[in-house]
Amino acid sequence: MKCIVCVKQVPDTSGVVAVKEDGTMDRAAMATITNHDDLAAVEAALRIKDATGCKVVVVSMGPPPAEGMLRELLAMGADEAVLVSAREFGGSDTYATSQILAAAVKKIGVEDDDIIFCGRQAIDGDTAQVGPQIAEKLHLPQVSYAAEIKVEGKTVTVKRLLEDGYMTIKVQTPCLITCVKELNTARYMSVGGIMECYQKPLEIYNYETLKDDPLIDVDTIGLKGSPTNVYKSFSPPVKGAGMMMEGADKATVEKLVSILNDKHII
Amino acid sequence: MAFNSSDTAAFKGVWVFCEQREGVIMSTSYQLLSEGRKLANDLGVELCGVVLGKDIKEDYLKALGGYGADKVYYCNHELLDVYTTDAYTKVICDLVEDKKPEIFLIGATNIGRDLGPRCAARLHTGLTADCTHLDVDVEKYKAFLKTTSTIDVDNTKFEDTKNLKMTRPAFGGHLMATIVCPDYRPQMSTVRPGVMQTAPYNEETAAKTVLERVDVKLDASDIHVDLVEIKKSAKKLVDLVGADVVVSVGRGISSDPKRGIEIAEELANVLGGVVGASRAVVDAGLIAADHQVGQTGKTVHAKIYVALGISGAIQHLAGMQDSECIIAVNKNGSAPIFDVATYGITGDLFKVGPMLTEAIAKYKASKA
Ligand SMILES: Cc1cc2nc3c(=O)[nH]c(=O)nc-3n(C[C@H](O)[C@H](O)[C@H](O)COP(=O)(O)OP(=O)(O)OC[C@H]3O[C@@H](n4cnc5c(N)ncnc54)[C@H](O)[C@@H]3O)c2cc1C
Ligand SMILES: Cc1cc2nc3c(=O)[nH]c(=O)nc-3n(C[C@H](O)[C@H](O)[C@H](O)COP(=O)(O)OP(=O)(O)OC[C@H]3O[C@@H](n4cnc5c(N)ncnc54)[C@H](O)[C@@H]3O)c2cc1C
Repeated sequence: MKCIVCVKQVPDTSGVVAVKEDGTMDRAAMATITNHDDLAAVEAALRIKDATGCKVVVVSMGPPPAEGMLRELLAMGADEAVLVSAREFGGSDTYATSQILAAAVKKIGVEDDDIIFCGRQAIDGDTAQVGPQIAEKLHLPQVSYAAEIKVEGKTVTVKRLLEDGYMTIKVQTPCLITCVKELNTARYMSVGGIMECYQKPLEIYNYETLKDDPLIDVDTIGLKGSPTNVYKSFSPPVKGAGMMMEGADKATVEKLVSILNDKHII
Repeated sequence: MAFNSSDTAAFKGVWVFCEQREGVIMSTSYQLLSEGRKLANDLGVELCGVVLGKDIKEDYLKALGGYGADKVYYCNHELLDVYTTDAYTKVICDLVEDKKPEIFLIGATNIGRDLGPRCAARLHTGLTADCTHLDVDVEKYKAFLKTTSTIDVDNTKFEDTKNLKMTRPAFGGHLMATIVCPDYRPQMSTVRPGVMQTAPYNEETAAKTVLERVDVKLDASDIHVDLVEIKKSAKKLVDLVGADVVVSVGRGISSDPKRGIEIAEELANVLGGVVGASRAVVDAGLIAADHQVGQTGKTVHAKIYVALGISGAIQHLAGMQDSECIIAVNKNGSAPIFDVATYGITGDLFKVGPMLTEAIAKYKASKA
């Protein structure tokens, strides 16, 4: 048995967000982090490893610096890492991204008792589409929004979040599960793990590695193979400044109430 | 003939997936139909609602016409009673391949966001996530940009096509992107619940709706998961999205959270509204998650939105800045919430909150 976890390196949108003049994101000017939901997915896989001794493979598509993130995941306890990186893969939307990642997962190999993990959503593109789309490309059953996961042999029981409760779903391996960050608290890298992480295998899959897979085609990968295009991007509006009331006492609130009355707001 | 998603000319009509849970159509569906009606009018095509379920009341199906659907495709089957990815994806893709709609809208619920990507991947088309604005008409899109962006619209070139322009926030709300899917059909989008306005119900159009029962091809071997149970949270959830008035509290209540929430409840009571919260308050465990307003919470369009002790982080603004009248109380006069507030008071919420409640109660009493 093994767990394959798809992990994305993302700009830290909670910190300073740099927008270029043309309305696109200045990624180079921003710190990068491991996507939160994906860390939960890695932790879920590592817990299965703790219990069963299975192998954990982490895979990320991105530019070469994403290797640093993969080494950190190896230091947390993952066994192998794959970096999917090629110019041909750049500019992919979720459709094209999932074609490529599905081909990479096939190359790693999906066996009968394997589980593929994704995060629910990446904080930059924010679409939550890649997980289900990889599952479709691999013809695997999917369970998204996992908030609890239990594995018994080849049966995986998942608590899947709804807006107002949850569903409990049983699914057989091989399957794909997308995790929400509330699933668990990810462990830290261990000192031993940091020492070992440079000895663990990290493979690079480029265009040559994957090109023979039928999923990899000019019409299905990269910018050209992406059905969606960005038509325009822009910064969200800031409303014109409103009216600051003077003071913060009884007279202030009474004045406010009379304005609200005049404007028929109350 | 094999289905070909790149034969764009073969596709016609606007579809809305009308999600049901426990046999009841979700309100998001009405919002999407209302929006879909405008798009269908601009294109001069039919608007169709698509319902999957088991023994749904005919009244419920016909009612979709009251929100603009010319036609309702109803897929009835034992195995469609409760959502499963496999069954819903199969039935929807079969129907799309048969009827070929040019636009397909799905509510961005926890179910819609599971179903949409799987269908788009199978059909080989694009899907734009969690949209907050849709246009087919370029002039309407330009008018939208004029009020919501800093783009110099009059001096910018826009490709003049009837392609669906799907606008959505990304990068945690720091950036808005308009996405198109020019070469594949249907143009699919998930639409954020609560953002599109529901049109008034129209008896006349409801009476004219055509109900078409679809011959569903599905059996148990198509489904690869077992649904063990569905549990609803015991507590009644607060209806933030439908509320006219929302009084929200932020971390500013931390010195006495219990009193802070009480103050918000009292103010909400006199205004006839409900209590919302920032994520900081939810994360601190002071209030249940269904009260959260913002990018990862609910989007509200309140007539009056009161923010007590909320700093105004961009992720919070994403969920409330389209409210008609925003009243902010914050002890820090330069808090960013004041940039979007219609009326701002620099002061302590523990003092200003109760005073405001009292003043409004007095006002209401004088009008009664
Ligand atoms: C402003 C903007 C808006 C966009 N809007 C859309 C849109 O509406 N529709 C669309 O199709 N594309 C869109 N894209 C493109 C999309 O962001 C990219 O295709 C991106 O590579 C994947 O999408 P995501 O970040 O939304 O990931 P999500 O689908 O949110 O990611 C879910 C999970 O998939 C896995 N995953 C995703 N990407 C990778 C990766 N590179 N390596 C390893 N695992 C990964 C992770 O486990 C992740 O948690 C947009 C891009 C931008 C810049
Ligand atoms: C990916 C992501 C998604 C997020 N999604 C959401 C979301 O959906 N919703 C959301 O709200 N946040 C969200 N956040 C968090 C957001 O960035 C902020 O951290 C959060 O909104 C801050 O909440 P706050 O304004 O209550 O707290 P703070 O920022 O700490 O502000 C507290 C305010 O209270 C004022 N104050 C203190 N005492 C008083 C007093 N006695 N009287 C009056 N004023 C007082 C202070 O001046 C301050 O302005 C998200 C963040 C990320 C990274």
